Amino acid sequence: MTMENGFIQHALHAQEQDSTQESIKVQVKNLNLFYGEKQALNSINMDIYTKKITALIGPSGCGKSTFLRCINRMNDLVPSCRVEGYIGVDGHDIYDKEIDVVAVRKRVGMVFQQPNPFPKSIYENIAYAPIMHDIVKKGKECDALVERALRGANLWDEVKDKLKDPGTALSGGQQQRLCIARAIAVEPDVILMDEPTSALDPISTEKIENLMLDLKKNYTIIIVTHNMQQAARIADYTAFFHMGNLIEYSDAKTLFVNPKEKKTEDYITGRFG
Amino acid sequence: MPNDKNYFYIPQIKKRNQKATLFKATTLLAIIFSISFLIFFLVDIVRAGYPAFTQTYIQMDVNINEEVVENPYSALKGKNLKIASRAWLRDLPNLIKENPSWMNTTQTLWVLANSEVDQYVKGKESRTHERERVYVDELRADGKVERKFNTIFMTTGDSKIPENSGIYASIVGTVLTIIVTMVIAFPIGVMTAIYLEEFAPDNRWTQVVEVNINNLAAIPSILFGLLGLAIFINFFGVPRSSPLVGGMTLALMCLPVIIVSSKAALKSVPSSIRQAGFGLGLTKWQIVRDHVLPLAMPGIMTGSIISIAHALGETAPLIIVGMIAFVPDAATSFTDASTVLPAQIFTWAGMPEKAYLERTAAGIMVLLVVLLSLNAVAVYLRRKFERKW
Amino acid sequence: MSTQTLYLIFFGGLFPLMFLGYILGRQKAIVMRSQGIKMHSQPDQYGWFSALYTGLPIIMIGVCGVFLYLFGFRAIPASLLVAASLGVGALSLALLIKSIKASTKARDLVEDLINGMLIGASLVSVLTTFGILLSIIFEALQFFKMQSFFNFLFGLEWAPDTAFLEGAGRADAHAAEAKFGAVPIFAGTFYITVIAMFVAIPVGLLSAIFMSEYASSKVRAQVKPFLEILAGIPTVVYGFFAALTVAPLVVKVCNFVGLEAQYQNALSSGIVMGIMIIPFISSLSDDVISSVPQSMRNGAYALGMNQAETIRFVVLPSAMPGIIASMLLAVSRALGETMIVVMAAGLRPNLTLNPLEDMTTVTVKIVEALTGDQEFNNPLTLSAFALGLVLFVVTLVINIISVSTIRSFHRKYKVSTL
Ligand SMILES: Nc1ncnc2c1ncn2[C@@H]1O[C@H](COP(=O)(O)OP(=O)(O)O)[C@@H](O)[C@H]1O
Ligand SMILES: [Mg+2]
Repeated sequence: MTMENGFIQHALHAQEQDSTQESIKVQVKNLNLFYGEKQALNSINMDIYTKKITALIGPSGCGKSTFLRCINRMNDLVPSCRVEGYIGVDGHDIYDKEIDVVAVRKRVGMVFQQPNPFPKSIYENIAYAPIMHDIVKKGKECDALVERALRGANLWDEVKDKLKDPGTALSGGQQQRLCIARAIAVEPDVILMDEPTSALDPISTEKIENLMLDLKKNYTIIIVTHNMQQAARIADYTAFFHMGNLIEYSDAKTLFVNPKEKKTEDYITGRFG
Repeated sequence: MPNDKNYFYIPQIKKRNQKATLFKATTLLAIIFSISFLIFFLVDIVRAGYPAFTQTYIQMDVNINEEVVENPYSALKGKNLKIASRAWLRDLPNLIKENPSWMNTTQTLWVLANSEVDQYVKGKESRTHERERVYVDELRADGKVERKFNTIFMTTGDSKIPENSGIYASIVGTVLTIIVTMVIAFPIGVMTAIYLEEFAPDNRWTQVVEVNINNLAAIPSILFGLLGLAIFINFFGVPRSSPLVGGMTLALMCLPVIIVSSKAALKSVPSSIRQAGFGLGLTKWQIVRDHVLPLAMPGIMTGSIISIAHALGETAPLIIVGMIAFVPDAATSFTDASTVLPAQIFTWAGMPEKAYLERTAAGIMVLLVVLLSLNAVAVYLRRKFERKW
Repeated sequence: MSTQTLYLIFFGGLFPLMFLGYILGRQKAIVMRSQGIKMHSQPDQYGWFSALYTGLPIIMIGVCGVFLYLFGFRAIPASLLVAASLGVGALSLALLIKSIKASTKARDLVEDLINGMLIGASLVSVLTTFGILLSIIFEALQFFKMQSFFNFLFGLEWAPDTAFLEGAGRADAHAAEAKFGAVPIFAGTFYITVIAMFVAIPVGLLSAIFMSEYASSKVRAQVKPFLEILAGIPTVVYGFFAALTVAPLVVKVCNFVGLEAQYQNALSSGIVMGIMIIPFISSLSDDVISSVPQSMRNGAYALGMNQAETIRFVVLPSAMPGIIASMLLAVSRALGETMIVVMAAGLRPNLTLNPLEDMTTVTVKIVEALTGDQEFNNPLTLSAFALGLVLFVVTLVINIISVSTIRSFHRKYKVSTL
């Protein structure tokens, strides 16, 4: 990967705002994760701040997705996976035995690399989960929620006349925004995004990046990206992972301009990865 | 610390989880239904069939003289004649020929009981007369009634006399039929697969052939019988009821299975092997013959064994080409009239005598054992040679 | 000379000649090579070349001869044909051996022939389909010459008992007219199929869901053989079970609740047929459900749906086209199923909605018409082919629809959803 000076400049100007009085949304303490015998994450400690965008970067296979999936317990679906340590959302241990994983995922939504709309209408794609969670009742209330979610995902104007069309008929970028709308419709606190733009064209990517900057007013966003320019453009905080270790974690400006660790510097200057 | 439960509270979560559990239980129930049906079914068949593997013999005095050779029924008297098997008596002259020293003596022999007495001894519903029942009970008390292993069932063909009927002839018929089937279907099937997988250009015609094979696999088997009847028998004059016509008909039916499994086996051979062959300057056919085919052989064999198992149990088309003829003697050639085991089962199932009922079930047991062993062999082959490339 | 001896002579000549061809061809190539001549192909290939091209004309003449005989052209005695074919074979053998030169492309010629043989083999399956179609159509046309097509498809009464008179040219005067209205037969077929589907679809689909979504790979490996055994039981065995265990059971239960059932009834054959089809539906649906990409499920889980909700809202709708197609295939299986209905459903065309009565089906009537004495001028015998034609057309249409649906389904999920 060749280094471009441009994005460092970008990072410098991106978020010039005050970052002193942050509150912690997600707290990760001493997290170890194993796939069978193989350890994929080594004692990760990390505080993720409320209503900020936190980007996770690192070479592929370093455990970014694995870490992200811990935060809404998607790893429960992998039979060989074992998690040790503590993850708290607003101070509540999500791995507590008393807690239903369904409730965790309602609080912590997720958007995937490949847009995966359900084989249903656009309306149903969004409405099904909120109705199930008893957030709204069917009818007017629900219509309003669907509109709100679609507006929130900057998709309303494009689809308002074809809510009955199948979600799969939309373009790739629209599908991804539909997935985001679907995620915000259940009113989560945190939204996880695993390389949400890597399957999209540049124009769609830009739209989604802008959307994330909008969403951050209301949600805490954690995004995995292999695209450092993207991290530099939108992230408030950035964490660099390498071989299952959290090497460096700080505000984006510091990490990109003034990394403390040699490995981080090597990575962002394109010496490996 | 705030209350975790309230923070992660979703109304109705209990109800949703209950519903989910219920749904899962329903799916489990469906599986359990299938499995318990299978067990019930197997138990039912075995219960109905195992008595057929023994047969009642009664020790009685048999008069042997010149007259008996002419008229075997005169060998026994009174009640003995009523409970003995007519088939046994008919065979008595042969027995006398083998033992000339018996002439003009009275021998105490184990005589095959007739099927009604046999059913009575086995404790089943029977049309035996009350007097004979009492008599049989007396004999039984004297230790003169015995149930011996039923060798007749394994060594004879069909018969109008239940205690004299067996599955031997139909098994011979089945074996001959399957030989014909495989001699035709295996080479043609494998060759078709080789052609389609290795040689065929990707054009319209190839697609037509492939679609056609798929459709062939789903054509009701009885229609293959119509083909056998109209074309093989009526047009080509192949003898009706013969293993030849049955085997040819089944061969066409087996073709799709063999083709599809052979194609899959060929496809699973990695293309690197072919490329290596081309690198050595071999021709396509040489590569296929010497390198691809041997590697695909286990898969091809598995598919072929499974198709044999199919063919073994197939009845409908064989009935149409006449393989339910009444055949007491085993066929000696591919053109003799013959029957097959499933057809024999079908014929016996329609018989009114109860003794045929247990023979039907016993025949089914034999058939199922053969089928299960074939499937086991196929699974074994698949496991043994399963290779992940 | 008997046909068998002729065959014996034919093959007794064919194989030795081919073997001789192999030996001589190979020998000549070896000799030439030892003289330092650079040959186009390997000696073995010259062997195969002479063997195959010796056999080819013999077999061709043999096959032509058989066909000539079949079409009634018997001017040339069969023994002469056999002699001629072998003679030609011997001649071509001699010519071939003589013609082998360094430049003879034995390998290419052999491979051309093999390629031709492979193409020939692949023709057999196509010919089979046409064979079935033609044989059925031909005989069915005979039938429709005697009986009205319209009446066959829409007539309500099937009473063919006097049909043989017509065949014998005595369809006159006092005999009652034979009736070939197949509606009661179609209705019976349809009705029993519906009963079978009532059993097979829920159980099969739920089993498939269990196997693909809930069962661990260990459970799967243990349960699968049971379903495979169920699938491998011959239909005649199911028929026996239907007639001798299930039917009496149904009668008993009905008597108990005050209903009257016949020993041959549509219900028991339908139930058993349904059970027979369970593994069919479950394995096809299992494949389809398993091919729904995991990313679909993840999307649902990430919204806080539990597994059952995910299956119902996401997995099943995604798999639906494939599931429906597999059900259609099952329907065509049920329509064509023979032994169970022959043994447990009855022979009487009976237009009723009562599943406790006996009914008959297309396949039963085909079997009935074609067992025992057959005369191919009797409309009763020929009616089997007319019924077979209907069965063929219906199952073929169903198959084409469902196979193409399943295909496009799998294609859709092989590439990404984008
Ligand atoms: N389901 C799984 N089972 C076993 N190993 C896994 C699984 N998922 C990921 N891994 C392993 O964990 C490591 C981290 O993977 P991942 O989190 O996907 O990396 P990233 O997203 O950073 O590219 C990799 O070595 C990968 O092979
Ligand atoms: Mg990843």
